[in-house]
This record gives sequence, structure tokens and C-alpha cells, in this order.
Amino acid sequence: MEISEELDAPEVKKFLRGKAPNLEVLQDKKLKGQLSVREEFYGISAKAAAKAAKWLMPSEGGFLEAEGLEKTWRIKQEAIAKEVDVLSSRNQYDIVLPDLGPYTVDFTSSGRYMAVAGRKGHLAIVDMQNMNLIREMQVRETVRDAVFLHNELFFAAAQKKYTYIYNRDGTELHCLREHGAVLKLQFLKNHFLLASINKFGQLHYQDVTTGEMIGNFRTGLGRTNVMEVNPFNGVVALGHSGGTVTMWKPSAVNPLVKMLCHHGAVSAMAFHPNGHLMATSGKERKIKLWDLRKFEVLQTLPGHAKTLDFSQKGLLAAGTGSYVQIFRETESQNYSRYMGHSMAKGYQIGKVSFRPYEDVLGIGHSMGWSSILIPGSGEPNFDSWVANPFETPKQRREKEVHSLLDKLPPETIMLDPSKIGTVRPSKKKEKPTKQEREANKEAAVEAAKGITMKKKTKGRSKPSKISKKKQDNILRAKRPFLEQQTHEEMSKKQKLISENKEELPVSLQRFASKKPKS
Amino acid sequence: MKVKVISRSTDEFTRERSNDLQRVFRNFDPSLRPQDKAVEYVRALNSAKLDKIFARPFVGAMDGHIDAVSCMAKNPNYLKGIFSGSMDGGMLLMLRRRTVCRFRGHDGAVKGLTVSTDGRILVSCGVDKTVRLWDVPVATLTDSSDSSDKTPEVLLINLAVDYQWDGDLFATSGARVDIWNRNRSQPVNSFEWGTDTVISVRFNPGDPNVLATSASDRSIAIYDLRMSSPARKLIMQTKTNSVSWNPMEPMNFTAANEDCNCYSYDARKLDEAKCVHKDHVSAVMDIDYSPTGREFVTGSYDRTIRIFQYNGGHSREIYHTKRMQRVFSVKFSCDGSYIISGSDDTNLRLWKAKASEQLGVLHPREKRKHEYHAAVKNRYKHLPEVNRIVRHRHLPKPIYKAAALRRTMTEADRRKEQRRKAHSAPGSIVTEPMRKRRIIKEVE
Repeated sequence: MEISEELDAPEVKKFLRGKAPNLEVLQDKKLKGQLSVREEFYGISAKAAAKAAKWLMPSEGGFLEAEGLEKTWRIKQEAIAKEVDVLSSRNQYDIVLPDLGPYTVDFTSSGRYMAVAGRKGHLAIVDMQNMNLIREMQVRETVRDAVFLHNELFFAAAQKKYTYIYNRDGTELHCLREHGAVLKLQFLKNHFLLASINKFGQLHYQDVTTGEMIGNFRTGLGRTNVMEVNPFNGVVALGHSGGTVTMWKPSAVNPLVKMLCHHGAVSAMAFHPNGHLMATSGKERKIKLWDLRKFEVLQTLPGHAKTLDFSQKGLLAAGTGSYVQIFRETESQNYSRYMGHSMAKGYQIGKVSFRPYEDVLGIGHSMGWSSILIPGSGEPNFDSWVANPFETPKQRREKEVHSLLDKLPPETIMLDPSKIGTVRPSKKKEKPTKQEREANKEAAVEAAKGITMKKKTKGRSKPSKISKKKQDNILRAKRPFLEQQTHEEMSKKQKLISENKEELPVSLQRFASKKPKS
Repeated sequence: MKVKVISRSTDEFTRERSNDLQRVFRNFDPSLRPQDKAVEYVRALNSAKLDKIFARPFVGAMDGHIDAVSCMAKNPNYLKGIFSGSMDGGMLLMLRRRTVCRFRGHDGAVKGLTVSTDGRILVSCGVDKTVRLWDVPVATLTDSSDSSDKTPEVLLINLAVDYQWDGDLFATSGARVDIWNRNRSQPVNSFEWGTDTVISVRFNPGDPNVLATSASDRSIAIYDLRMSSPARKLIMQTKTNSVSWNPMEPMNFTAANEDCNCYSYDARKLDEAKCVHKDHVSAVMDIDYSPTGREFVTGSYDRTIRIFQYNGGHSREIYHTKRMQRVFSVKFSCDGSYIISGSDDTNLRLWKAKASEQLGVLHPREKRKHEYHAAVKNRYKHLPEVNRIVRHRHLPKPIYKAAALRRTMTEADRRKEQRRKAHSAPGSIVTEPMRKRRIIKEVE
């Protein structure tokens, strides 16, 4: 079957990156011609991409379908293990390390390597393809978090006092003292920025290529360890104990967005890879899904989550206690339960993280780490130039050079990254109509009349004084409206004069009449 | 229960033998590439910077003359051959940046050089009142000693010469325009219009019977060989030093004027220039079109060479070196990738037409990369940072100052005109567009 020729077909539309502008309004013929040629090229390339996606993608995604009376959320991992091939069933395991937990996990962007950090100082890097332990070490102090930097050669660990950067061999490369006692780390891959939040609620951004401290902001909202990066635009979001979520960029002192999400403290947060959906969970036992274009709640799910994560295909994992629940988007755009998994022996889950490009969920818990199969969670087709799980050292070196050349400046972090290179539309203030202005004035006067006077002593509450004060209040309420009215009249007059001026030659304009023409 | 999970065996995704190429898999899904616009912008910025880093347009200087280079000709039949004539009468044949032969051309300055379209005959004229026809040596370099064979004697000094495109005729100009056949020693035809000297002549590449000349009476004239008298004439306020026809749109030509500007005209409509190309700060001495017809090169008395788009008001490139003096002749090479300039300092200089172009055979991947860079740069050229880097040129101090002064003067003129207009009766002062302002009249 051929791809339909229309650009409106959903498989083509995905590659178009937005609608075409309306060229009919343009006056400039040359520009119009150039732009229409460019639009044509966009269409051709979108169609070519759709065709390539249709025919050249080697693998199809995973799935789990219930038959008859079965329910997908009742299917156990043991049952799945029996059905899948040996290679995949190897991805179900529990590593039990009772002494050094609880553990957190982090994957590289290609999903090949995993860094695990035990609270009591255990750091390890594992090659997930052949389950090779690449390096393991004991730093002998508290480790709160560990993240990979741009590739598997470097990782940062938030330790008791400072944050350290290690290479793959476990050699300490840098000690980042300025960050303080960090609770949570995040790495912005395109910008080469390491973001951290410390015990005092200070957010730091450090450029790992130059070592320069890009930003250092006091959130002023207390201690938190809930921090996530929106992969769509690089904005860092923090969840606070007061139930607010703030979003930050390194070039502004104040948060871009401050939203009250929960009545209890925010306990976990996750971003959908397309950047339009955020999941938060609060201590008042609610999980909320937010539309980040309108900043509105889309859905409220019952339950509590200590940790949340979105997969590449948009599955949502929520871990609480010893139970992981997976939600999936249904046809009606709502998230509903898809799968669940109980940890053995009540191990307490600290962190869930989907492995990119695989149908695997990594779980860090109090007694080690585990991995379970979640069919349909990962992107089945990787792009060798974006993230390659089968990368050779030579390819990795080349990619490192290219990604450094394409390193984005910190100013490119903004809520809507498609704004770059576009013209800012001029803002026009909407004027209130006359009726609205009158109504506002009436309301203000009514409010002024309604003010009750305090009872005061020594003749200051005489009826005459009270009535005078009331009159004053009313006048004060009216004043801004009257001022605005006079101002408008003045500007109308000015406009009239300038109109009269325009008809005269420049040299005579200063003699223009200030009266309206009859 | 039906279940399937992603399972990749290493064999399917890696190469079989170490001699094989690495396997590449593509997924064009936009959600895998967040912030693609920002990445493209950074790439545009980087490619603009790389262009600046690699901008090394000067290829080399070729010496050999003992006086200023007055004229040059390129061999249309052989890409690497250049002929040049000098003020002392010496002539050089250059091949691949080396002087192949050097000989005495004329007594006194050589003023004009041209090569026939088949590349066999070189015609030179000079102030010694002769026009000489030379056999061009064949590219094998074996018999480089050529002899001047025919020397039609003329009694007038000739200042320019040009060969007809694909024909036997050539034209010389001086006190009058003479049309010669290469097999005869007397002119076939001669034209005279006014008394002043004709300083340049160029045949039309499209219609071999049409030629354009410029004269020191500030006129540009168009002649048709099929008619007995000249066809049309245009008089401007200043002298035109040279004209060049656009080889791809042969009805259009560009005139290099003494007033620092170049004027593109449509030969059918001489009452208004199609475009005025400004940027030089002194008289433009010579002009030559690229074979693609999309751009042309000018050499100026201000010691710089500039490259203009055929429809661009300002130059896209300026070339200068410390040692290059006043430029008297410039040529685009026949493949459009090099520029040759001859200047007062007795040297010929070879330049790349695109300053940052990579020379040599390009790998297809390299070519695609260059194309990608050009495309992103074009897409983000309006953004201030990219625009600034792309536009920036280092200028010698005198030229920078002269350009600033000229800008101030034109701005002051404009303001004065504006004020005068504002204080006069409406419609009494009409601003003529720059395209018309320098034209005095057109004579049929």
C-alpha cells in the first residue's frame, strides 16, 4: 500500500512539525515565492520520511493483549517470562544486595549502560547488553544520586558533602564543591549542563565542558529532592513540600512557572517525552496528569507514588511501597491501569526508570535493584545518529565530537523551543469596552460603600465624620476611572491635532489647528 | 494472552566482519530529536564561523612583468591559460600559475588583448599603432616559441580589442571602432560617432553582430555590424571604464563607471539602469562576468576586488592584500571558480571565487555536509548573530574610512533633499531614483 499523497495523513503530519503559514497575506511577491518553494520542500521531506518510516523501520513495538476474561494487570511477570524468548526473559531479575541499599538507577540515553548507586556508598556501572559489571566501587560515604553525563564514560555522584564526577574506571575526575550537599542530580544532554538541587533548596547549573557555573538560584521553597528535566525543552522542574511545582531555566532568577499542583507535598514528578504532559504525585494520595500547554489537570488518578517515570512510548510507571503500577493511555486519551508488579518480600521501591529502546523497567529498591518486562514501553527503532545501543568506541568518539559542536547555549532553554528563529508577534493591549468600564466603576463604588468603619473613640465616630469618610472612599474608588477617562480624551485630542498636521506640508505643521474640523 | 517484547540480537544490528561498514538504522521520528530548531540554529552559527575560519581566498601571485599589468585575456579553449599584457609592452602566457613564455609584444604599452573563441589566435593592440595577431602555442608546451605573423598596420592608437564570439571578426577601438577580419590587413568596417576616444569594446555573447563600447565622452554605445551606422548611445555623467555582457542573459550588460558604481542595463531599454551596484570607493576599472551569469567581479582604483550578485545592490565579497595596488584588469576563470586580477604592482593574482570553498575532489559525504551547512545558514541568516558573522569583512583602514565618509555624504544629501522637498510646494521637487540619476540622455 502506498502512503497517501495528502499531507493531512497522520503518518505524514507527524514529520511536518507544525502547520504551514498563510502565504496569501504576504505583499512581497519575491518572499512569497521563496517561502512557497520552501514549504514545498517541507512537504516532500515529510513524505519521504513517512515512506522511510513505513518501509525501512526493521522492528515493530512490543505489546501485551489479554484474551477472554483475562485482564492485563493480572498478568504476572512469571507468565510473561514463559511466553517470550530467552534473550528477553534474561531481562527479568532481582539483584539482592542487602547491606548497601536503597539503590537508585540511571540509564544512558541509548539504554545500554546502567549506573546504580547504593545509599551506603556503592557505585556500579553495568553493561545491560551482556550483563557485564564494568566497574564497581565503594566510596565509603552516603551517595544520594548518580547520573550519567553525555555518554557512559563519565558519571556524577551526589555524595555526603560534595558532588563528584568519576570516569568509567572509577577514577575521581572532579569534585564539585560549589553545589553543596546535593540531593538530586540531572544532566541536560543537549546543553551539557549538570543541574543539582541541594539541601538548602539551591538550584545549580554547571557547564560540564568548561566547568563554568551557569546559574545558582535560591528557590526559597525549602528542601526537596524532586527534580526532573523536561526532555522536550530542557526546563528543570522542582516539586516542593508546599505542593507547588516550579520550572526553571538557567538564564532567569525567577521561575518560569510556579503552579500549585497538590495540597500535600509533591513526592514525585515525570515528563512525557513529547513534553506536553507532566505527571505529579502528592502526599495527599493523588497522582495528577497535567497538560503543559494549558497548565491544566487532565486527569487525577488515585494513589500515591514515591517515584514516577514515563517511557518513550508514553507508559507511566508509579512506584509506591513495594508495588509498581503501570498506566497506559487508552483510546479515550485517559490513563488507566495496564500492568502491576509486587516486589518480593516487600522490598521498598526508591526509584523506577524505563530503559530506553527496550521493554524493560529498572527498579531501584531497598535491597538492590530489579528489572521487569513491560511490553510496549520502549521505542522499537533506534536511530544510529541519535542513540545507538550497539555503538562502537569509534562511533562513540565521533558522536562526542559532533554533540560538542552542536552544544546548545543555555539561553536556548525556554518553555516553547519552537520559538527560536521566529518573529515575536506584537502585543496589542485589549481595551475594555465602555460598558465594561462603567460596570467596573460601579463595582468599585459599591465596594467602597460597603466598607464598614471601625468604632473609634473621642468623637471621631460622629455621624458627620463617618459620612464624610464614606464619601472620600467613594471618590478614591472613582478616581482611577476618571483619570483614565481624561487621559483618553487628551490622547484623542492629540490624535486630532496630528491628523490636522498631516494635511499640511512639514514646514507649516507647527501652525496646525487644534480644533476639530467642522 | 498475547505478548511480544522488543528483542534485538546483536548479530542483526552489528557488522559481520571487521571489513564491513557499520550498519546504520534511521528513525525520523521528531520526538527522538527534541529542540531540533535550537540545534539547527547552533549549526548555522557554527557553519558561519567555519566559513570565516576557512576564508582563504588568495591562491597565489604570478610575477614576470616589469611594469603594471594593463590587460588580460583568458583562453576560452583552455582552462588554465591566461595571457597578460603590460604597460612596458611585454606579454606573458601563464599556465598553472607559471609563466610559460614571455615576449616583447609592442613598443610601448599593450592596451588590449583578446583570444578567438577557438583559442588559436591571440590579438593584441598597443600604443605603437599596431594590431598584432599571434598563434597561440598548443598546450603541450613543446613549441612555446611562437612568432607574430601578421601585423596589420594602423595609423591610430588602439586602446581595446575584442574578438567576436564564434566568428572571424574582431573589433579594435581607439579614435574609432574598426572591425577586422583576421585574414585581411585592412578593416572590414569602421564606425565613428563623435570625436572622443573609445576606451573599451565588448562583443555580445548571444548575438555575434552586436557590440558595446564605452568612450571617454562618458558614453556607452551599442553597435550592430549589420547596419552601417551605430545603433544607440547612452550618455552618463561620468566615464564608463569597461562594459561586460551577461553571458546567460545576453540582452543585459553591466558598465563599470568612474563614479565608483557599476550599472546594469538592459540593452533594449537604456533610459533606466536595472540595478546600481555600489560599494567601491574609487573608480571601477574593469569588470568581468562569471560564466554562470549570476555574479561578476570588478577591479577598482581603490586597490580592491569585489564580487557582486548580478542583481545585488552591494557586493557579496571583497578581496584585498597589502601588496596589491590599483587593479586595472580582472577576469573570472572559464569554470567560474577562480578570479584573476592584474594590478599596478606588476603582479597577476589568483583568487578563489568563493572564499571558503574547499578545493579538490570532494567525497559525496563532504559535499552533502557542505550543502547542509549552506542550507541551515540560509535558513537562519536573518538572526542577528548569524547575520553579523556572515556580513563581517575586514577592510583596510583607508577603504573603511572612505566608505564611512561616502555613507555620511550620501546620507547628508538625502536629508537635504528631503528637507528641501518638505519646504517646497508639493510635487515641485521630484526625487529621481538612483537608477536614473546618473543618466544624462539617450541618443538614437
